[in-house]
Amino acid sequence: MSKVLIVAEHLDGKLNPSTARAVSAAVALKPEAVDVLVLSHDADAIAAEAAKITGVSRVLTVVRPENAHPLAATLAPQIAKAAAGYSHVFAPSTTFGKDVLPRVAALLGVAQVSDVMSVEGPHTFKRPIYAGNAIITVEAPASQTVVATIRTASWPASGNGDASASIESLTVDVALPAHTRFVELQQGKSDRPDLQSASKVVSGGRGVGSKENFDVIFKLADKIGAAVGASRAAVDAGYVPSDLQVGQTGKIIAPELYVAIGISGAIQHLTGIKDAGTIVAINRDAEAPIFEVADFGLVGDLFKLIPELEQAIG
Amino acid sequence: MKILVGYKRVVDYNVRIQVKPDGTGVVTDGVKLSANPFDDIALEEALRLREKGIAEEVVVVGIGPADLTAHLRNGLAMGANRAIHVVSGDAVQPLTAARILLKLIEKEQPGLVILGKQAIDDDANQTGQMLAALWDRPQATFASKVEIANDKVTVTREVDAGLEVIEADLPAVITTDLRLNEPRFIKLPDIMKAKSKPIDTIELAALGVDSGDHLKTSHYAAPAKRSKGVMVKDAAELVAALKQKGLL
Repeated sequence: MSKVLIVAEHLDGKLNPSTARAVSAAVALKPEAVDVLVLSHDADAIAAEAAKITGVSRVLTVVRPENAHPLAATLAPQIAKAAAGYSHVFAPSTTFGKDVLPRVAALLGVAQVSDVMSVEGPHTFKRPIYAGNAIITVEAPASQTVVATIRTASWPASGNGDASASIESLTVDVALPAHTRFVELQQGKSDRPDLQSASKVVSGGRGVGSKENFDVIFKLADKIGAAVGASRAAVDAGYVPSDLQVGQTGKIIAPELYVAIGISGAIQHLTGIKDAGTIVAINRDAEAPIFEVADFGLVGDLFKLIPELEQAIG
Repeated sequence: MKILVGYKRVVDYNVRIQVKPDGTGVVTDGVKLSANPFDDIALEEALRLREKGIAEEVVVVGIGPADLTAHLRNGLAMGANRAIHVVSGDAVQPLTAARILLKLIEKEQPGLVILGKQAIDDDANQTGQMLAALWDRPQATFASKVEIANDKVTVTREVDAGLEVIEADLPAVITTDLRLNEPRFIKLPDIMKAKSKPIDTIELAALGVDSGDHLKTSHYAAPAKRSKGVMVKDAAELVAALKQKGLL
């Protein structure tokens, strides 16, 4: 039987919703237990949130001052030690999980399965390669711990009902390196929904034309309660910060509604939105590749169409 | 200081790859191959550090079949001082690549290793982190800015929450994000010069690395196709359609 350890992602004392998505993937293994590991300098609030997620058996907290910031070099030895007795170690495939988990896998001497889209068996998974243009079925050796990151866009967040898992404090006896130090985190501040978990996303591309023009994207997004995203071209042109980038090298999202405005639809961008429920494309170029994946397409000048859309929405 | 740069050859990022109908792989015969874009950025950063006087030597490392030499010549033409070619018939997985790089580190004693954050073929995003773990040194992944002074490197990292700045002692492993720099173009005279630069060839077997495949790939499939959408004539029709689906 499988026993899964999930590394919780958190920031400023709050659990990241991607953790509950990793729980869904763990539950798909039909495991004996799903434990969540919270490494922090102050774990109480985070652990309490994790304990409410449906499917979680236990929450284990490792509280150390060194865990105040998510440095892979500091966290990995603790996770590798805590992994003893588990058949699987999962983390969400976010920048946090991608940074720390391969380091854990190497310490355990095992391969890692990146971006798990589906669970086919206890050691068999599907994952995308070539920017999502091929899906492979991979099998990890049954004799080793399976270390895997979970593609958040492929999994729903596990429910948050009446569940209440036990919370236990764990002592991990391992020396931590001092060679890597946190300096600061510059956060793009935003009152809008989080891009990765939003049910609606409005994205702008190079066609928006300038940083100032991007206001029309923000306005439309606010009107329908959507998060704002951007193509790489818009980020490179300096219209918006890079944490809004959607695509192979940015965030991979699966909202119910994705509205691409002034985005041509390069392969690398489409990778990030392929699993969206409904895709809407607004572009002046009727030949733009984005129309090949759009459920609804509208050809025309975005500066004329967006006010018309806002009016029609009412 | 010496900088080691990982320089993988992959199917060019502009190629729309095709899955073989029998599910045994993707079509790579006759397909254009190029440097992994993130590795070009890694090499560019190493060259800039050399131009600033921080590094003296930049060494590109490739793992692959005999004809990988031509690819490594591109790295030399871009400006690397020399190349190391680890000859391996098949593509190696990230853990094996990390073990190979560790062997080369033991021999070369670099002050810094720069790799791309991921290869655009397997999209694994693992090798740099695994190497840092095996080497027991700092890692700075998804780097968009690198500054070196007094045996320390300060790296700005592109994380989901924004930009994170960390400081690490050298030697360290850095993996590059797209925004770190704009790689230079190769000039014709440099291609000529690259022909006389050294390439060390090492057989994988001679390194004593366990190269057994760790993950077994049993099937390749094309992704599910989205059904063909409709074009609407104006904003009102679009809003009506979205309202009907309960999306607005």
